[in-house]
Order: sequence, then C-alpha cells, then structure tokens
Amino acid sequence: MNPAAQPAPDPSMRAPMVRFQGVTKRYGALTVLDDLNLEIGRGEKVAIIGPSGSGKTTVLRMLMTLERIDGGVIWVDGEPLTHVEKSGAMAPADPKHLRRVRSKIGMVFQHFNLFPHMNALANCMEAPITVLGIPKREAEERAAGLLDMVGLADKKGHYPSQLSGGQQQRVAIARALAMRPKVMLFDEVTSALDPELCGEVLQVIRKLGSEHDLTMLMVTHQMGFAKEFADRVCFFYQGKICEQGEPRQLFSAPSNDRTKQFLRAVMDSV
Amino acid sequence: MGIPSLVAMLIAAVVAVVALAASDQNAVFIPGLLEGLWLTLRITAVGCIVAVVMATLAALGTLYGPKPVRWLAVVYIEFFRGTSALVQLFWAFFVLPDFNINLDAFTVAVITLGLNVGAYGAEVMRGAIQGVTRGQWEATTALNMTRPQALRRIILPQALVAMIPPWGNLFIDLLKSTALVSTITMSDLTFKARTMNDATLKTLTIFTLALLMYLVVSLSITIAMRWLERRVTRGMARGRA
Amino acid sequence: MDESTPIWNWAYTVEILPALAKATIVTIEVTFLSFFIAAILGLVLAILRMSGPVVGWFASAFVELVRSTPLLIQIFFIYFVLPRFGITLDAFTAGIIALSLHYGCYCSEVYRAGLEAVPRGQWEACTALNLNSWNTFKNIILPQAIPPIVPALGNYLVALFKDTPLLSAIAVLELVQTAKILGSENFRYTEPMTLVGVIFLVLSLISSAGIRWLERRLNLRSVR
Repeated sequence: MNPAAQPAPDPSMRAPMVRFQGVTKRYGALTVLDDLNLEIGRGEKVAIIGPSGSGKTTVLRMLMTLERIDGGVIWVDGEPLTHVEKSGAMAPADPKHLRRVRSKIGMVFQHFNLFPHMNALANCMEAPITVLGIPKREAEERAAGLLDMVGLADKKGHYPSQLSGGQQQRVAIARALAMRPKVMLFDEVTSALDPELCGEVLQVIRKLGSEHDLTMLMVTHQMGFAKEFADRVCFFYQGKICEQGEPRQLFSAPSNDRTKQFLRAVMDSV
Repeated sequence: MGIPSLVAMLIAAVVAVVALAASDQNAVFIPGLLEGLWLTLRITAVGCIVAVVMATLAALGTLYGPKPVRWLAVVYIEFFRGTSALVQLFWAFFVLPDFNINLDAFTVAVITLGLNVGAYGAEVMRGAIQGVTRGQWEATTALNMTRPQALRRIILPQALVAMIPPWGNLFIDLLKSTALVSTITMSDLTFKARTMNDATLKTLTIFTLALLMYLVVSLSITIAMRWLERRVTRGMARGRA
Repeated sequence: MDESTPIWNWAYTVEILPALAKATIVTIEVTFLSFFIAAILGLVLAILRMSGPVVGWFASAFVELVRSTPLLIQIFFIYFVLPRFGITLDAFTAGIIALSLHYGCYCSEVYRAGLEAVPRGQWEACTALNLNSWNTFKNIILPQAIPPIVPALGNYLVALFKDTPLLSAIAVLELVQTAKILGSENFRYTEPMTLVGVIFLVLSLISSAGIRWLERRLNLRSVR
C-alpha cells in the first residue's frame, strides 16, 4: 500500500519552497499562531494535523494571502510573499509583487467554492484566460486535459449543482492546477464529503503526488492517508508545532504527550 | 403564485378588458385610456433605465468607492428612501420653477421616479453583491484574480441572479408610482381615467378598465422576470452550490 | 430670480408652521388608523390564503390584484365607485379604507413569510412530543415567527406613512395637500413643500431607527 513517493528532498541543497519565518497571527486578544517557523522543501508533501483551533487552517490561509499576518515573513521560492526587501529591511509589498509571488500557489477549499454559474470546463478555463491571458483554445485544451486527469472527462459540460461532492472537489483540484502552481494547498478537502466519496479525491491527490513535482501542503483529518502519502507530518497544538516528523514514526511512536492524546482521540472515533 | 397562475390571471384580465370594451357605450373610452397607457408605459420604461443606472452607481459607490463617493451615495439612498415619491415629485414640479429651473413634466417625472426607485434598487444590489458567499471571493484570490476581474467575472454574475426577483418588484413599484404624475397634470392612464370619470360619471367601468390595464402590464412584468430568472439559472442551483 | 425674492423666506415659514402642525397630526392619525386595520386585515387574509385550495386561490388573487395596481387608482375606486352602490364616504374615511386594504395585502404577505420561515423541523418536533395544535402554535411556532414579522410590519408602517400624500388627490387635509393649498394661496411653494419634505424625512428616519432597535431587541431573544 506504499506508493512510490518522491524521496524527501534535502532542504540544505536549495532554498526551501515555502518558509514561515517567525510568523504570528492574532485575532484580537487571541494568538492563533505564535512565532511559527516552518520550512517546506521543494516537492515535499507535508500533512498538518491537530485539533480545531490549533491554527492549522490559518497556516494555509496566510500562505494563500486570505489572512494578513501580524508578525514575521513568509517566503515562497526564495522571495518574500507579503513583503519586499527595501534597503535591508522588510516593507509591505505592493499589490503587483504580491500577485506575482502568489501566482506560484494554488488552493483547494473544504467547500469547493466552484463558480456555480459556469460548467466544469469553464471553471477551469476562467482564471487562465482572465489572469494569465492565455488564448481561449489553449485554455480549453489545458482544462480538458486536467479534467481528464481527474477522471471527469465526461462531465465537462456539467454545472457544479449537477455534480456530486467528490466530483466537485476533483473539478476544484483541476481548476487550481490549471494555473500551473508550484505549491498546492489542500484545506481539509475531504471533510465536507460523504465518506464513500473521499476515496476518489484522495486518489487524485495521490496521483498528483506521484506524477508531478509539486510541493503539497495539506490540512487533513485523514490519518491513514497522511500516513501513507506524506513525507512529513506536523502536529499543531495551540498555535505552535508540537511535534513533527516522518509519518511512520509520528503515528506509531509519538514522543509528545499531547500528540499521543490527540491520536488516541482520533483513533477512538474510527 | 406560480407562473401558470399568473398567466391565468393575465389572460383573465385581458379577456375582461376585451369583454368590457365590446359594448358600444364602453368602447368609446378605450382610445383615451390606451393613450394614457402609452404615456404610462413610456414613463415606466425610461424611469426603469434611470433607476437601474442610479442603483448601480450608488451600490458600487457604497461598497467600493472612496470616502466622499460613499458618503454621497449613502445620502442619496437615505434621502430618496426616506421621503415619499409624491413629495419628491411635487417638490420637483412646484419648487424648481421658483429657482428658475424649468423642466418639462416628462423629464421631471422620469428623473424623480427613477431616482426614487433607484435608491431602493441600490439597497437590493448591495444586498445581492454582499450575499455572494465569501468562499467565492476566496476562490478568486486563490486563482490570483484582481478585484475588478473577480467582480466582473464571478461576483456580479452571481449577484445579478439574486437580484432578479426584487428588481421585478421594483419595476412594478415604478409602474404603480407613474399614477402619481396624474396629480401634476400629465395625461397618463390615471389622469385619463379621472377626466373621463368627471365628464361621463361612468365611474365603475372606467376605473375598472384602468385597473385591469395596470394589472395586465404588472403581471406581464412579473411573468417576464420569472421567465428571465428561470433562463439565467438553468444549470445553476439557486442558493449555495 | 431677482434680488427681491430670497431663496428662503423665514417670516413665511413661521406663518405656515401652525397649519403644517395640524396637517402633521392628520397625517399621523391616518397612518396609525389605517395601519391598525391593515395589520388585522392582513391576518385575516393570511388565514384565508391557507384555508383550502379554492378560497386560498381567490384570496391570493385578490392580494395579487391589489399589490399589482397603483394605490392611487384604488383610492379613486373607493372614493368614486362606492357611491354608485349607495355607500358615500367622506375623503378621510375613503382614504383610510383604501390604505388599509392596500397595506393589508402587504401585511398578509409578511405573516405568511414569517410563518413559513419557521423550520419544518419545529412542527415535527411538536408532533413527536405530542403537543396539541393550539399549544404548538402559541408556545412554539408563534414566538419564532414573530421576530422577523415585527420589523417587516414596521417597515410597512413607514411605507404607509409615506403614502399618505396620495390622499391629497381626494383633498384630505394631510401634509402635502396643506402644502399645496398654502403654496397656491401665497404664490410660493418653496417653503411649504420643503418643510413637508423635511418633516417626512425626519419622521421616517426616526421610525426606521426605532424599527432597527426593535429588531435588535427581538433578535437577542430568538435563537437564529
């Protein structure tokens, strides 16, 4: 059951693909993320687990610039994301710089967020045409190819309301991939699905991992999937990384008490 | 009421008008009433255009405009919603000449009623735009779209769908408010009905005919909007995807 | 405008204030009387619409008829047509009846929407707990239906208030009619009309604020 995952890259060889440097996030008086330092290597697949409120979704949302960061810097592919270096110090980035760096990141949401007024193909074509300026025919070919890859070639003309949850999520993955990102973020992408539909989505993610050199960061409750797919698992607790390491080791012999507690609680619910 | 019921009512109303008009003594009213109806329709049509334009400007102004624009839009909306259409109409008709602003009655009517309904329309548009779920905005961010691109391609099309029923009601409100112009001596359907009534005192027939004519136009608008809504949402589910 | 006609004549303003004050009272009287009747009529209509297919359809058709045609025509109808059937009314009464009928139809919509907004599951829970219909309605459904109904009714009260000027067409001495008379008597409309506009604006802004306050207070108690 162990697919041939990419060997974990050596972070010392090149700059990490994503780097959180001293990142802090507050909601009023509540500190959701506290001085987070996390590096993700190129092509690495990282699973983030933890109880709700631990800040794990916030990590993804800040990387996707859906939330502002209150302290620290996020680096993507060697460049700061929300800042620019100006005479040795970090200044807030202008929109152009932000969008340029952000273009390397794609995200798939828990509730899909497909565009309801467009069919599957149009959903996947929209951003390449509008944002990248790709001609319609080329965008259509690209979109069709991606929908084919996620197993929905015959549903191209269907609207989201005519698709099952699993199918919608697969379209959402194809839509994100159409922008050719270097980093893919998955925010609890199976949590809103009926159990029997999770498999088809996880299968697509597995395929992505083995066939493409994508850096993948996923927040998930699917422990089994994380165990066999991820190169590294991070356990978050109250805004900090409590423990991280290779999945086999973390799941079978966690060193931290809180990790043990959490894993036991999760296993109980299965 | 479902579309079939509405169509049934529409047909019944048209049949009633034709039946009433069939008798010779009643037929004499028809040309005058139709003339009035024609003016009513013209005021309604142009007024609706003014309303939609103003509503769009005000809605976008309150949502995305710089502070002075936003303030202006809010004042416009609160003022026209806070006072009644008749007061606004009278003020424009009676007071403006005191300041040497002399406009013909049609222009006064169309602008005043358009601004009035436009203020309500602005609230409808604002509500519809804000009603598009946050997830849609986040998806556009994830796909690296700019705000204008997101608005134009993703948000406004969805808001437009939600807007259709309330706008239908507003168009009918505008139709109904055209009756007010009869009080500033414009020869619309209501004015014609009143003058004919004063002349011949065939009150029941005349007012019934006028009522039925308004009903026909109003039902037509409702049916058209329902049909439009159905067409635009084919494939799309109404509500969350 | 030449130099002798000022933009605003304060002396004139003070002169007309008493008449406008009286007219304001008439306007308020008309508003509350009509709304009181409309609220009750609306309930009757709402109940009729839910009683059986035939009665329901006719009640709905009546509501649709009234909502789709101008209030002004309805006022004329009541004032001019009823005498043909032997019922002669003074303008004040005719105006109130017309307003009540018109807004009664809108109120029936409000009641219907409020009741329908209560989730089906609430009715089902009452059945499961074996509550009888009267108790179900009184203790469970109605308290949940009322919070959205009250502000909606409040908005129609304000709308009715703003429609009272239509009664000027049948010479009821409310604010606009009074302003017209004052204006034509003194050959100057600016002051009366503007004051009337201001009075309407102020009163409706106060009422709208009051309704929003009421809405907040009601929503604190309901669990939505």
